[in-house]
Amino acid sequence: MTEQKYTIKDFKSDSEVRWCPGCGDYAIMNGVQRTMAGMGVPKEKFAVISGIGCSSRFPYYMDTFGFHTIHGRASAVASGVKMANPDLNVWVITGDGDSMAIGGNHFIHTIRRNIDLNIILFNNRIYGLTKGQYSPTSARGFVSKTSPFGTIEDPFIPGQLVIGARGTFFARSIDSNLKLGESVYQAAAEHKGASVVEVLQNCVIYNNGVHAAITDPEHRADRQLILEHGKPMLFGAENEKGIIMEKGRLKVAKIGENGVTLDDILVHDAHEEDPTLHLALIHMSLPDFPVAFGVIRSVSAPIYDDEMTRQIQQVKQTRKISCVNELLRSGNTWEVTGNKNGKSADCP
Amino acid sequence: MKDAKVIELEEVAIRFSGDSGDGMQLTGTLFSDATALVGNDISTFPDYPSEIRAPQGTVGGVSGFQVQFGKKEVTTPGDFAHVLVAMNPAAIKANARFMNPGGIIIYDSDSFTEKNLKKAGYQTDDPFTESNLLDFRKIGVPVTSLTREGLKDFGLDNKSVLRSKNMLALGLVCWMFNRPLDYIEEFIRNKFAKKPVVVESNIKVLHDGYNYGMNLQHETPTYIVHSADIENGTYRNINGNQATAWGLIAAAERAGLELFLGSYPITPATEILSNLSQRKDLGVKTFQAEDEIAGIASAIGAAFAGDLAVTTTSGPGLALKSEAIGLAVMAELPLVIVNVQRGGPSTGLPTKTEQSDLLQALYGRNGESPVVVLSASTPSDCFFYAYKAAKIALERMVPVILLTDGFLGNGSEPWKIPDVSELPPITPRVAKSAETFNAYKRDENTLARDWAFPGMAGFEHRIGGLEKSVIGTVSHDPENHQKNTEIREGKVQKVVDLVPDIEVCGDSDGDVLVVGWGGTFGHLISTVRELRKEGKNVSLAHFNYIKPLPKNTAEVFQNFKKIVVCELNMGQFAGYLRDKVPGSHYYQINKVKGLPFTVNELKEGINKLLED
Repeated sequence: MTEQKYTIKDFKSDSEVRWCPGCGDYAIMNGVQRTMAGMGVPKEKFAVISGIGCSSRFPYYMDTFGFHTIHGRASAVASGVKMANPDLNVWVITGDGDSMAIGGNHFIHTIRRNIDLNIILFNNRIYGLTKGQYSPTSARGFVSKTSPFGTIEDPFIPGQLVIGARGTFFARSIDSNLKLGESVYQAAAEHKGASVVEVLQNCVIYNNGVHAAITDPEHRADRQLILEHGKPMLFGAENEKGIIMEKGRLKVAKIGENGVTLDDILVHDAHEEDPTLHLALIHMSLPDFPVAFGVIRSVSAPIYDDEMTRQIQQVKQTRKISCVNELLRSGNTWEVTGNKNGKSADCP
Repeated sequence: MKDAKVIELEEVAIRFSGDSGDGMQLTGTLFSDATALVGNDISTFPDYPSEIRAPQGTVGGVSGFQVQFGKKEVTTPGDFAHVLVAMNPAAIKANARFMNPGGIIIYDSDSFTEKNLKKAGYQTDDPFTESNLLDFRKIGVPVTSLTREGLKDFGLDNKSVLRSKNMLALGLVCWMFNRPLDYIEEFIRNKFAKKPVVVESNIKVLHDGYNYGMNLQHETPTYIVHSADIENGTYRNINGNQATAWGLIAAAERAGLELFLGSYPITPATEILSNLSQRKDLGVKTFQAEDEIAGIASAIGAAFAGDLAVTTTSGPGLALKSEAIGLAVMAELPLVIVNVQRGGPSTGLPTKTEQSDLLQALYGRNGESPVVVLSASTPSDCFFYAYKAAKIALERMVPVILLTDGFLGNGSEPWKIPDVSELPPITPRVAKSAETFNAYKRDENTLARDWAFPGMAGFEHRIGGLEKSVIGTVSHDPENHQKNTEIREGKVQKVVDLVPDIEVCGDSDGDVLVVGWGGTFGHLISTVRELRKEGKNVSLAHFNYIKPLPKNTAEVFQNFKKIVVCELNMGQFAGYLRDKVPGSHYYQINKVKGLPFTVNELKEGINKLLED
């Protein structure tokens, strides 16, 4: 079969896109569509599964197989899709309410099993569809309709959950950075196993500017660390700053100050199995640190759907039972012959 | 030669009973299998506590297994046992009320110590008087010391020795009922193939028990129960959960689909999951999910992607799955949901049987959310109804709930093995033409939509929980919602084409029509037969199809003076019939004790109705 060439248009459905003007979701969808078009996978093999929330409208706008399911359950439904047909390329679209609150259990277990799904987590730190309540990723003290005096709880950091659930792939992106977005969607799609991409996404209506401190063009270079595997962790307008390890902890250092040279800067190793450093990178936050972006962790481990297929094939090779008639007659059976009276449920 | 007192019987019920660690379930199962193999019809009823290990020797920790077998068709495990095998005083205490007057109690006399009597809650050293069992024949057998003596040369530790006690009791009962030991020996050899000493010790004790019976023959009566007159064919023993699992595999094979089960362990349904997970040889995919919701959600995903998708659970799990069942209703996907009912509400009586999830199955969801509801009525016909549930789901693109219960799931009976080719064919509604495909385009007659799944080029489409237009786009149009709500209900009603008419056992008119559904069939048919033998004008209509009801239901009902609906709940089916088949007055016989009906109590209730 010759590989069909797709363009981004092939992945746009006829449905009118109804996100708010200026919503960060548009950019994310474009990035995902562009990634899919470039993957060389026949279009009918894509399945896009979502939960509930603004971002979960996503499948309707995709000209692929799509399933808009129920709140929090997208990764469980998607797991079933992948197990039914491991040949498919399955994407999960979810938000911080959908996957960190009501669907938290499915989220961690899907990651733990390492089912080959691409999970895009839109994190705007707010419940948008229900019009502005705090979410499990809202910062402590966040004022919203349901926390008029500020929240009194700490947020989840999604990447920490991914690492805690023994995740094999975690990347972070931001809606406004299209190039970064595409590169991480691509990496997530190529990764075998459960890939989680957290996209910091702006809700223009209910949480406008939530990520502004990170995206602000004036400070962006100082506040974002774009990680690349095998490259030193440098940031700043002139790449003059970097991350060093001091007494077992990460620290921001300026090259040339206090004797710090380029050689002291940590080199990113996304493939390191030990998640300690990945966890520390995920944990970095303003104002002491830049926020880490890019593929933070990408390691290989047995993949659930592969293992499932392998186990079935293996058992089949030595099987004694190959059809239902044989199954029904396996074990202890006995013959009744020469009986004239039939067993029946007839009444006297 | 046996020259002991020989008693010929039509049918006998034996109850094996002991501490939950005494191996009574295995003892009962082995005896039942050996009994079926000599050609008796049987019906079994495991009755065990929900605690894995309640304090040893207490009534709460008593585990029982009752089997009835006979020379004729056996439809129930027996209201009361003729023979009780009691491994300790607590077993006497727990089972006194399940005994047939004048029956035999075989007990481990070694266990009747002051300490054990006290643990069982007896005040005196005479449990038989205290439990009002004076009229019974009591045979004390020093089971523990005989076992110990028999194994003294095996070099086993005390714990291992005591673990073999059940084999002594089993050997003794096999002698009493003239059961050959070869099947049991073969089982032991296979089960402990890697532990020769366990094989030898168990077989030794089994024979010791058998020989003990022979030597005591002047005291122990022997029973003969002749083989049953049953239809020619190949038979096996099967319990309801196994039959359900196998029915689903058969359906997948006939439909040409792969079988996917998404499930979460829950008593008493877990065995379906464990049984299906053994069937990788037949390509069955089982997924033990993180919770009940993920169990059904993964099944819905598998249905979306083209598998025969199933989820299995019991009452509390069905409650958790409610929202997802609604999604399957809205997305119109083929899905089989098996609910092995247990006592409720909440955690309720996890190991006991009940029929109290009927209304939950019919109505327990948000919105107008119709599904097809079926019920199986004997352990072996769980096979057929699981198969039928899959057929309806796949041919009509609709979720189907199959109700079984703990009594059916754990109970077993001999089953004439069918040939898979004799089962009705299953034709999934897989879409054929991409040009004319729309997600919600329907067959005019059945109202079923077409099924197209990822991987089918040109059929790309979106579905979901939001209300849709015909082409699958989201629609909030008021008229469209009204129409689609009616279509979803209508689609379930159209399934009546696949539902056979209800048949009456007995006469097509008369004084009393007994109405039942699901797992009470054995007790109801026994009751009706006995009453008819007594000359009473009583018939039975037993339902397997709850929604939709058989077409002729109203017609059948109108020919009887009185209709009495018997069910193990507070009247759920009766209430449903009042709504769906008005015009008849429905009397009720209800029970919620976590136990099956007894034929006696049913007869009493129906006789009262006949007299009034």
